[in-house]
Amino acid sequence: MSNKVIYAIYNDDDILMDAVKKTRAAHHHIEEVFSPFPVHGLDKAMGLAPTRLAICAFLYGCVGISVATAMMNFIMIQDWPQDIGGKPSFSYIQNMPAFVPIMFEMTVFFAAHLMVVTFYMRSKLWPFKQAENPDVRTTDDHFLMEVSVNNNEEELVSFLNTTGAVEVKVIEKH
Amino acid sequence: MLNKLIVKDMYTFSSKLKTFSIILMAVGLLGIGYGFLTAPKDIHEVETILASESHEGHGEVKHETSEVAGESHAAAENHNEVKDASEHNEHLTHVLHQLQNKPWAALYVACIFFLLVTMGVLAFYAIQQVASAGWSPVLFRVMQGITAYLPWGSVIFFVILVLCGLHFNHMFIWLDPEVVAHDKLIAGKSGYLNFPFWIVRAGIFLIGWNVYRYYSAKNCLAQDESKDDSFYKKNFNISAMFLVFFIVSESIMSWDWILSIDPHWFSTLFGWYVFASFFVSGITTICMVTLYLKSKGYLEHVNTSHIHDLAKFMFGFSVFWTYLWFSQFMLIWYANIPEEITYFITRIQLYNLPFFGAVVMNFLFPILILINTDFKRISWVLVMAGTVILAGHYIDFFNMIMPGTVGDRWFIGVSEIASVLFFLGLFIYTVFTALSKSPLLPKRNPFIEESKHFHY
Repeated sequence: MSNKVIYAIYNDDDILMDAVKKTRAAHHHIEEVFSPFPVHGLDKAMGLAPTRLAICAFLYGCVGISVATAMMNFIMIQDWPQDIGGKPSFSYIQNMPAFVPIMFEMTVFFAAHLMVVTFYMRSKLWPFKQAENPDVRTTDDHFLMEVSVNNNEEELVSFLNTTGAVEVKVIEKH
Repeated sequence: MLNKLIVKDMYTFSSKLKTFSIILMAVGLLGIGYGFLTAPKDIHEVETILASESHEGHGEVKHETSEVAGESHAAAENHNEVKDASEHNEHLTHVLHQLQNKPWAALYVACIFFLLVTMGVLAFYAIQQVASAGWSPVLFRVMQGITAYLPWGSVIFFVILVLCGLHFNHMFIWLDPEVVAHDKLIAGKSGYLNFPFWIVRAGIFLIGWNVYRYYSAKNCLAQDESKDDSFYKKNFNISAMFLVFFIVSESIMSWDWILSIDPHWFSTLFGWYVFASFFVSGITTICMVTLYLKSKGYLEHVNTSHIHDLAKFMFGFSVFWTYLWFSQFMLIWYANIPEEITYFITRIQLYNLPFFGAVVMNFLFPILILINTDFKRISWVLVMAGTVILAGHYIDFFNMIMPGTVGDRWFIGVSEIASVLFFLGLFIYTVFTALSKSPLLPKRNPFIEESKHFHY
């Protein structure tokens, strides 16, 4: 099997969405879509599995609230009890209202930061990573759909030309 | 396409639901009447009630639920023996007033709750208009239907306020000149807290809200037959003006109708707190009425994305309510100033279950159920969560009003349940009657196509 792919380039996100739907309806395999900005609903149109990032976020939040509880219990109750405003300094539960803002903030902090880290790892992004964009215009105002070729080059090119692509080119991939 | 369902544009109020709402009102009225008739008439009856409570096992069971109630009675019994008769009579009069307040307070809580839920819907609707929201126009007629309860709720509520002013009860102690004469703090506030000014404010607010509701619904209907967007623009303008009027009047309303029940206490975020409570209840009501209409085959253009968005608002504003609930609580708890902390001491000691129960129902339950994306689209989950949220916010209003009116004499009994049933019946009757009067789709709204195709 050849390693040929076709790059179909579009200059409008609505046309791209229609093209993605048509291409999938015609049973061609879309390898990847490159876009300068997130296109709403593109993941569903491409048939990608729903993200599980939300589940991660919930679990990270649970970690955050646990860390905050343990931390405040150690700092304020066990290690160095302090009398602030006459509040009992020997019991976590009786002092709990004072710790709620910290528990809340740590929940958000953990959920947000770990979610970003997870997202970068899943997207295989890290500092100094080389860009994978096949065409620099996808970082500006063009959209690129990569479709795999299975001995149907001619047919595929003419098909993609009907989907409103401004440019269709066949590339030998390594 | 022969077997395609005929799309129903106009809602017909089913006779089943109509009968149900009338039964609710009838049962409610009977219960409310029973509550008023069985309230003690004088201190002799109170003496009998107190005596039976302290001697029978029944009384002890009740005391176990609230320790302080038990203590105050133990104290009251000591008084009987040690202190002179005048103090005993004072205590009896106090309990008499609380017991006489009970059916009034029950009526008042239910009445203000349904009135403010309607106001929550009206505010939400006005925000949609001003934001030129594209997703919600298919729900406008549902919101207008719900706010059709507003004139009814306003009239009944205003009558209750007037009756308070005519000393039919002792819910607002600052209305009693005898109390003001012996209370320096209340006397100092009497320039603001006096019956004429108070009732005029109430009249202005209620009329202002009703006027907006009337013209907004009228313009929305006129837009259906219009050739241009002029009525839509008119609605945009009056909605913006209404929101300014509303946020000021809402804050003052919360001081007048709820905060002044505890005239010695004050909280600067009380207006927001009350707003959060009825705003989330209003959105929940929109969601539940929409789900009901949808289950009957109406509102063909409302899809799961619209429901999902309403559910997100239910979730978000539940958290917002909790934020304000906790902000109010924590600052007062931390500062521990006697004038302020009494408010929460009363609630935690005498109203422990409803006080913390409201947090479970309005925060823990909705956040755990509605955090899941898929659940926000499942009707039965939303109806269950919505029921808990509405009940929880009724209890929230109960917690705001009861401690200052009936003290430790609270109980969710005949009066309370009957009052809720009556207003629920009236609400269903007026809302669904209004829904049947106009088409469910505002077809000429400039955003209606976007709304029909709204897809999350």
